[in-house]
Amino acid sequence: MSFWAQAVEIARVDLRVERRLGDILRVVLPFAVVGLLVFPLALGVDLSAISLIGPAVFWAVGILFGMQVALRQAAHDNRERRDLYALLGVDPAARFVGRTISGSVLMVGFLVVLLAAMIVLYSPRLPEGWPIPVIVGLFLTAVGLTELGTLAGEVTAGLRNRTALASLIIVPLALPLVIGGSQTLESLARDTGILPWLLLLVATDLALAVAGVAMARPLEEASR
Amino acid sequence: MLSPDDTSLVGSNTILEGAGASLGGRSILRGLDVEISPGQVLGVAGPNGAGKTTLLRLLATLISPDQGSGFVLGARLGSPDVYDVRRFIGLMSHTPVVIAELTIRENLEHAARLRGEDPKRIDTALRVVGLAGAAETRGDACSFGMLRRTEAARLLITRPRLLLLDEAFSGLDVDAQELIDALIRRTIEQEGAVVMVSHDEAHLIDRAARVMTLSAGRLETVT
Repeated sequence: MSFWAQAVEIARVDLRVERRLGDILRVVLPFAVVGLLVFPLALGVDLSAISLIGPAVFWAVGILFGMQVALRQAAHDNRERRDLYALLGVDPAARFVGRTISGSVLMVGFLVVLLAAMIVLYSPRLPEGWPIPVIVGLFLTAVGLTELGTLAGEVTAGLRNRTALASLIIVPLALPLVIGGSQTLESLARDTGILPWLLLLVATDLALAVAGVAMARPLEEASR
Repeated sequence: MLSPDDTSLVGSNTILEGAGASLGGRSILRGLDVEISPGQVLGVAGPNGAGKTTLLRLLATLISPDQGSGFVLGARLGSPDVYDVRRFIGLMSHTPVVIAELTIRENLEHAARLRGEDPKRIDTALRVVGLAGAAETRGDACSFGMLRRTEAARLLITRPRLLLLDEAFSGLDVDAQELIDALIRRTIEQEGAVVMVSHDEAHLIDRAARVMTLSAGRLETVT
């Protein structure tokens, strides 16, 4: 089976498992929306302030809860399943790519729903023509966060307290993604160029993809 | 990429020469000399903690020796060659490995697709292991015996050249034990080799040409 066929098969099964478990739809997403609801309570009834902070709150809540989405595979992964994949001849890099594909699908869905909730709850002043650039920025941020989560899951595989450790790895490395994603909307509002921020996101995604593929095999061996 | 039936890069010899292995800095196996030829069943007995499971993981190429050397299906342990032979190794560990959220059929389809096997083999395998009527049962609703049968079906589909069984008979009824016996016979008929591990020597004596006993990571006796 080719590299890409293995990656697609792993992504397909991963999404099927998520559909049945509903970790993200039934647990992470509702709590993230509650998180969005809680922030305005701190500001009282100042509606103009609420509409101003909407995008910032979206990114804060999105990254906080997005980490749960990014790390969900690490939570389900165990040594026995990694051994099974190894003995079925699965290329560790194909496993990384497959998990990034499925995780990105979930992350994009999660961030889009959260964005819609933020727009409804905060009524932010959005610049004209915002949907396409913002969705592109969200997509690139989602891919990067998922790559980071998958990579962090592999780095911490086999370690105790791996979920806590993986979160600590993600937070600092996610900074370029958070900055790129949030500045896309900010630059649109100020009518300055968004291209540099999109390029930052693309460069970060590519760097993480190269690191993930190159390190997949040594990380898998080290995890045993 | 090799096709499932392409064994041209796979050798037949599986040899450990003075091999040792450590886990978490603790020495588990020391100075093991083992040779397994095609068509042979090797039994490995020993008390809990003797290193039996670590030996199987070493033979499965999942860990590398930190002492001595070894070849599995012609690939030197610890070298990149092991990636070419792993697909020809079947491991039945003491805890059955299935994806709990998938049905039995979906688990087998997943394995068959990843291994590049014809999915048509799944129906035959399900019939052989007696799970044809339970194919749509999810992994988390299966009994231990059903999970073991699912693993047996997966091994029927993937047809390993080196079959490694870790306490495979534990907790199984007579029918399921006969199924494992059939799996062993089939591997031998196809010029494969089998290594089976058990703390109960009686399980091994009936089935294996040689039984070696491990104690505290060292080879104690060979019968």
